[in-house]
Amino acid sequence: MQDQINTIRDDVLAQVEGVSDLKSLDDIRVAALGKKGQITGLMKQLGGLDPDQRREVGQELNRVKDAVQAAIDARKSDLERAELNRRLEVERVDVSLPPRPEMQGSVHPVSQVMDEIVAIFCEMGFSVAEGPDIEGDWLNFGALNIPDEHPARQEHDTFYLPAQSDDEARPVLRTHTSPVQVRHMLSSQPPIRIIAPGRTYRSDSDMTHTPMFHQVEGLVIDETTHMGHLKGCLRDFVEAFFQVDNVPMRFRPSYFPFTAPSMEIDIGCSFRDGELKIGEGDDWLEILGSGMVHPNVLRNGGIDPDKYQGFAFGMGIDRVAMLKYGIPDLRSFFDSDLRWLRHYGFRALDVPTLYGGLAR
Amino acid sequence: MKITLDWLKRHLETEATLDEIVACLNRIGLEVEGVEDRAAELAPFTVGYVVKAEQHPNADRLRVCIVETGSGEVQVVCGAPNARTGMKGVFAPSGTHVPGTGLDLKESEIRGVASRGMLCSEREMGLSDEHDGIIDLPEDTPVGASFAAISGLDDPIIEIGLTPDRGDCFSVRGIARDLAAAGMGTLKSLDTSPVPGTCKSPIDIELRFDEATRDACPAFIGRYFKGLTNGASPAWMQQKLKAVGLRPISALVDITNWLTMDLGRPAHIYDADKVKGTIGARIAEAGETFDALNDKSYETDDAMTVIFDDSGMLGLGGVVGGESTGADENTVNGFMEIALFDPIRTAATGRKLELVTDARQRFERGIDNAFAPEGMEMATRLVLELCGGEPSEVVTAGTVPTEQKTMSVRPSRILELGGIAIDKARAESILGDLGFGVSDAGDDLWSVTVPTWRHDMGCEADVIEEVLRINGFDEVPMVSLPREAPVARPVLSIRQKRVRWSRRTLASRGLNEAVTYSFVSSNHARMFGGGNQGLTLVNPISSDMDMMRPSVLPGLLEAVARNQARGMADFGLFEIGPAYASTEPEGQTTTVTGMRVGRSGARHWSQKERAVDVFDAKADAMAVLEAIGAPVENLQTTTDAPDWFHPGRSGVLRLGPKSLAVFGELHPQVVSALDASGPVAAFEIALESVPEPKSRAIARARLDVSPYQAVRRDFAFVVDSDVPAEKLLRAAKGADRALIREVSLFDVFEGERLGVGRKSIAIGVTIQPVKATLTDEELEALSDKVVAAVAKQTGGELRG
Repeated sequence: MQDQINTIRDDVLAQVEGVSDLKSLDDIRVAALGKKGQITGLMKQLGGLDPDQRREVGQELNRVKDAVQAAIDARKSDLERAELNRRLEVERVDVSLPPRPEMQGSVHPVSQVMDEIVAIFCEMGFSVAEGPDIEGDWLNFGALNIPDEHPARQEHDTFYLPAQSDDEARPVLRTHTSPVQVRHMLSSQPPIRIIAPGRTYRSDSDMTHTPMFHQVEGLVIDETTHMGHLKGCLRDFVEAFFQVDNVPMRFRPSYFPFTAPSMEIDIGCSFRDGELKIGEGDDWLEILGSGMVHPNVLRNGGIDPDKYQGFAFGMGIDRVAMLKYGIPDLRSFFDSDLRWLRHYGFRALDVPTLYGGLAR
Repeated sequence: MKITLDWLKRHLETEATLDEIVACLNRIGLEVEGVEDRAAELAPFTVGYVVKAEQHPNADRLRVCIVETGSGEVQVVCGAPNARTGMKGVFAPSGTHVPGTGLDLKESEIRGVASRGMLCSEREMGLSDEHDGIIDLPEDTPVGASFAAISGLDDPIIEIGLTPDRGDCFSVRGIARDLAAAGMGTLKSLDTSPVPGTCKSPIDIELRFDEATRDACPAFIGRYFKGLTNGASPAWMQQKLKAVGLRPISALVDITNWLTMDLGRPAHIYDADKVKGTIGARIAEAGETFDALNDKSYETDDAMTVIFDDSGMLGLGGVVGGESTGADENTVNGFMEIALFDPIRTAATGRKLELVTDARQRFERGIDNAFAPEGMEMATRLVLELCGGEPSEVVTAGTVPTEQKTMSVRPSRILELGGIAIDKARAESILGDLGFGVSDAGDDLWSVTVPTWRHDMGCEADVIEEVLRINGFDEVPMVSLPREAPVARPVLSIRQKRVRWSRRTLASRGLNEAVTYSFVSSNHARMFGGGNQGLTLVNPISSDMDMMRPSVLPGLLEAVARNQARGMADFGLFEIGPAYASTEPEGQTTTVTGMRVGRSGARHWSQKERAVDVFDAKADAMAVLEAIGAPVENLQTTTDAPDWFHPGRSGVLRLGPKSLAVFGELHPQVVSALDASGPVAAFEIALESVPEPKSRAIARARLDVSPYQAVRRDFAFVVDSDVPAEKLLRAAKGADRALIREVSLFDVFEGERLGVGRKSIAIGVTIQPVKATLTDEELEALSDKVVAAVAKQTGGELRG
């Protein structure tokens, strides 16, 4: 019987060694270890042996059975690995093929720059106010100390809508964001620190003007804010916005009906080889108008000019976006040319923050 | 306005350089828009003497000239017919950049003869179009002298952009005064002493106004001159007038222009022999016409101020004089007008007639009224100097206002408002230099008299501004705003945050943000529910932009069409901006609008192409609503989208009866009417209609996670084709609110074997046991509830 065992063992192990597919391997397992298998058959014959022999042969059989099982398992694992490798080889693709396309969205530079401006002024304690695009004549002009005969009120500058009745002034498309100043003063009490970004309109259309553009208004009213604060606040803004330290700034006296004193603010820059650099060079670029709020405007806003004072400013958002990001043509802002939107636009997740920076 | 440096120095005693003056002008609010310094450009051009001009040996039309340049003789080949021996001309050596031609002069051989320079024409110098010959200078012109210097072209021109409040600086005198106050020199005095008349004026003046219109022309001063010689004005005057853009005409006319530019005092000269009877001013009658000095005719309305004589209207007061009585080279007797015209009427007249003149610009900003008599004396001196003759006594109608406005000003406001401490004496001296009178009127109180040329002093702050301005705004120390909170507080309102969430959601979904105009054509507006005449612009920039948009859709669709015309095919645009229902503030709403066109993605080797459709629009709309915190779970879809959508492929997302969003494919007719190609899948969300969350709690509700495994059961129902899927989903979900966590729809089809008008909807129901694993019986009971609920609410039957 011992010989028989050895023969079976050698035979099965040889078969296992020689097999090349899982199905045949399983056949071998069944033939050896299955219910009717050779080794199983020998196991069944153990009962006919005397106890000593039974123990001896039984142990031997179990060893052989374990060895065969181990050989089958090992072979199975080899064959499975080989088969997987074969499958993986078949699954090989050209990984240099382009992936499935996804549309790349973008945020318009005006929106992005508005967010940048809000981030900076929020840091300085300003909140964001808004007002309607269609304004009454009084809020757009009269309340801002702009007299009836002022050139800004003439039709060549202002878009008008039909009067509701003969004795009413015609509504206008706001020519600046300044009416939001008055609206805000009328609805709240000092101290006030607001900015008001939004759409503004002037009847002007050429290389450098579009009939609609964007402005941001600023207003600070309390008992002590003076021109030094105006200058400091706008310097702080300019340096944060353009991310340049010590930007040269020029404060030129000017005239706006709603401020006294009034000034225009230039920043130092250079134009070299068609490229604009902020913060260096001998040239100046005007970026905003500002001044100390005129007492008549405070009065029209329901605020006592003998007690309160402050400053206001107005800045072109499109213009500072052009300067900061080197965008050459204002008209292109409103043309919605996809090539432009994708090139000058910003990614959805580029949310401007002061900790992360206000430019990508 | 333009001034020249030399002209400025007639009023300002100064050692300052051009650059210093320019910097100072900017510093004090007289913005320099440009400086034209022709001396530099014309530096190589000098006076040359033609020693000899001989016929060119090889060319009939050329001459070979030997030119003495002052530093040696040079041979030049010249083609000008007037080149001749003994003349003096303008010589440019080789290497010179010739401004009129834009070329650099080279040494050359012309037909075999060497030429080492050029004798120039006016056109080559960039001075005029004159090219018939070379410039022929007077015999006594010094050889070798700079041409720019001897022709007065070396006087730099400064162009200043005046703000509308500074009428006083619409003159060389006014600018000199500001510069002097700012430390750039000393203002020279004017000789305004009266010139005695030698006779009475034969022409009288009449102001024919009533009480209501008297302010149209409060005063009119005249003076008659006899025995004049009205030739050309002298070179110094012509050069300066030309430099600032005026054409010299005759001495008398140039004098009036000189007064306007030099002193900001417009004047007018009549040929006295052409005037009939009395000269006067009155309000026009509508429809009077006259021929103006600019060779155009104008017609009046009944708000204008006209000058008249016995023959009728002569000119428009403060705007332009008339041809019929104009002075010319034959004028022997003249009548000078120095009058005061009301700024508002003058501006209105000029605007109505679209006529901008130097006089109008000054009157509408306000001139120095009190200066009128002195202006007449200065005019008289110039007339006598340049034209000879004799003046009459001055005739005056009306009253010249001379009183000065007095204001109370607190010196302490310089520091309080300006943020800079300026010595009181320094402040007083600045105001004094500007012509203000300053006297102490109490503790921290000045009594300030305002000079008659300053019409811009309305309040105390205006006077403070003058001190700060001349002292220099740049001197004010910068102070950062004091912080209100150690850490900045968030400032955006929920609405403002929603705008930002919407924007970044859509950009992250592949749409490109556009900004389009708030106005569209009224035609397009009407296609999208607009047409309110109250929103039609009175003065649109073009008919393409004549109405406030009722929706962002038309403008965005136009943008789509523009991009399609440029060859773009598959893309999405969005805009977050206003739409207008009325002119009231409440009529303006903020809408979030987007549209996709073409295929759902670019062509790709791995996937089948699919045109965008209503569900792309619905997905975008729902993504935005979800991002801004709308209760999307509770939304219902109705099929009543507006007409500009495809009737069968559009819907409205509602919260109860309230519409939050419309979505769908745009109507093909609308798409083609705007020259776009469809399909266009669009949505529009009215941001203000989305309710704000009731709770502002920051902490989240507690998350309860069941320890038991969720089970999924699939069902297929057959329902009538017109049953909305949403209704079936809602029925299934409502079958057991405690256990059913989610219902998803994974298949819809119609087919013959279901019968006509029937469709199959397959759903997966996810059941989440809460207290214990469900037994088979419990699951069976739950399935029965789902089937029953669907059957009851939709008539749906479980498909066998």
